Amino acid sequence: MVTGLIELRAAAIRVGDRTLWTGVDLTVAAGEFVAVLGPNGVGKSTLIKAILGVVPLSAGSLTVDGAAPGAANGLVGYLPQRRSFDAQLRVRGTDVVRLGLDGHRWGVPLPWARRFSASARADAARVAEVIQLVGADAYAERPVGELSGGEQQRLLIAQALASRPRLLLLDEPLDSLDLPNQSAVAALISRICHDDGVTVIMVAHDVNPILSYLDRVVYIASGGVAAGTPHEVITSETLSRLYGTDIEVLATASGQLVVVGQPEAPAHHHDRHAS
Amino acid sequence: MPTSSGLDPVLTWNLVDDMRQVLEFPFMVNAFRAGAIVAVLSGLIGWFMVLRRQSFAGHTLAVVGFPGAAGAVLVGVSAVYGLFAFAVVAALVIALVPGGGTRGYSEESAVTGTVQAFALACGFLFVSLYGGILSGSNALLFGSFLGITQAQVVVLLAAAAAALLVLAAIARPLLFASIDPAVAAARGVPVRAMSVVFLVLLAVAAAEVSQITGTLLVFALLVVPAATAQLLTARPGLSMVLTVVLGVSVTWLALFVAYFSAYPLGFFLTTIAFALYVGAVGARRFRAVGR
Repeated sequence: MVTGLIELRAAAIRVGDRTLWTGVDLTVAAGEFVAVLGPNGVGKSTLIKAILGVVPLSAGSLTVDGAAPGAANGLVGYLPQRRSFDAQLRVRGTDVVRLGLDGHRWGVPLPWARRFSASARADAARVAEVIQLVGADAYAERPVGELSGGEQQRLLIAQALASRPRLLLLDEPLDSLDLPNQSAVAALISRICHDDGVTVIMVAHDVNPILSYLDRVVYIASGGVAAGTPHEVITSETLSRLYGTDIEVLATASGQLVVVGQPEAPAHHHDRHAS
Repeated sequence: MPTSSGLDPVLTWNLVDDMRQVLEFPFMVNAFRAGAIVAVLSGLIGWFMVLRRQSFAGHTLAVVGFPGAAGAVLVGVSAVYGLFAFAVVAALVIALVPGGGTRGYSEESAVTGTVQAFALACGFLFVSLYGGILSGSNALLFGSFLGITQAQVVVLLAAAAAALLVLAAIARPLLFASIDPAVAAARGVPVRAMSVVFLVLLAVAAAEVSQITGTLLVFALLVVPAATAQLLTARPGLSMVLTVVLGVSVTWLALFVAYFSAYPLGFFLTTIAFALYVGAVGARRFRAVGR
């Protein structure tokens, strides 16, 4: 690994006349599990979109697998910020997963193609494989609108995995899941990352469900961006510098981190970031 | 209805004989052909419209056909061309006006509603300008199956074939963009262009349906068969096939009944379709209770 899969150099993003973040240097190596943390509105999702090539940088450079962002999106599995399917949506879970594999191809899937084409059989097998991987066999044939948030989220992760991506970009995949589902999905993502060597960049509100799996953390706050291992970044000193005010990080007996005193707690949903 | 053309059809309840009697008349044969073409096209396009929650846009594109047809007759052109031209232009307006189709479907309604109100008003004006002799305004609004010519069937077929070819080429990415626009965009599906193309296809379908059902009753073929099929199955392929089968059956049955009845086609078409939909809702409830 001479260079990283993702390289940001002095990168900055402006949305309208507002600079979200600036001077970001970050190298993500292949196979790493990286969390993007910070309060609402600082541009965590925008970082993901910049890596996808959907939002352009206003300064600096960004490469994905040595190329411009967006050029290698065939290698990328993307899970946008929480979308739940309309309860009336009458399409099966398998169909949603399948779109992750071939949804971008023109034309119409032919009926009974599996009988005639080896690649259609391989596609169907891949869909079944990722559905099994995320543990969604039991409900993948049901209309996706009828499923619970956790079930939908697993199917969407399967969709993102279907095309065998080398990079997974996950925008708050644990949001709206209950605690058991949060830890199950976090373990699943870690397994995909560490067993299959898939690089994972995950935006998170709360670091604790994924803390034990993380290789690196990118913390974005109003005062700047810090990157490093969780225990380098999530410290009283670093966060105080990022927020420009006194912050205290406490570790519980079970190893969970509690951040005290920040203007907007990353673990809370009601924060408003006003700058 | 055919009493107006001097016929007095009697239903003998020998359905084979009745069918033979119906098909003796070239205008009825044309009506069955036109009905089938329109039902296939509107079923498939309508299936995506229901999935994309764009029924309001679909209705507007049909309503726009009213001033289109009335205007065409006013300037002395066949109403068919007015229907197509106005509907397609309106689709482009809805798709391209800033805020029209850019930020998701719910935001579309303001522009769409504005276009619809203006269109109805223009249609009314054109009918008035024509000086009241445009007795067909009832047919424009509520449909008619009398006097569909061979040439009209050819136009319907050509437009439907072109629209279905385009739909076949974009069906899979369109499904992706409809269900999951953000991920589709990241995978390189031109989501924005896709929604413009789809609105134009929807305009062609709406213009075709309004020639059978009138501009106000397009949903009988554009929404109801697709909505019914989607209730019955969640498999996209099967659901589309079912939509087409339902659409064609409903249309042909309605034509048959309307031929023997004094009441208009639009009523029968809508009623049969509605009954099927209610039946499907009932069947699902029943199944849910049984589970």
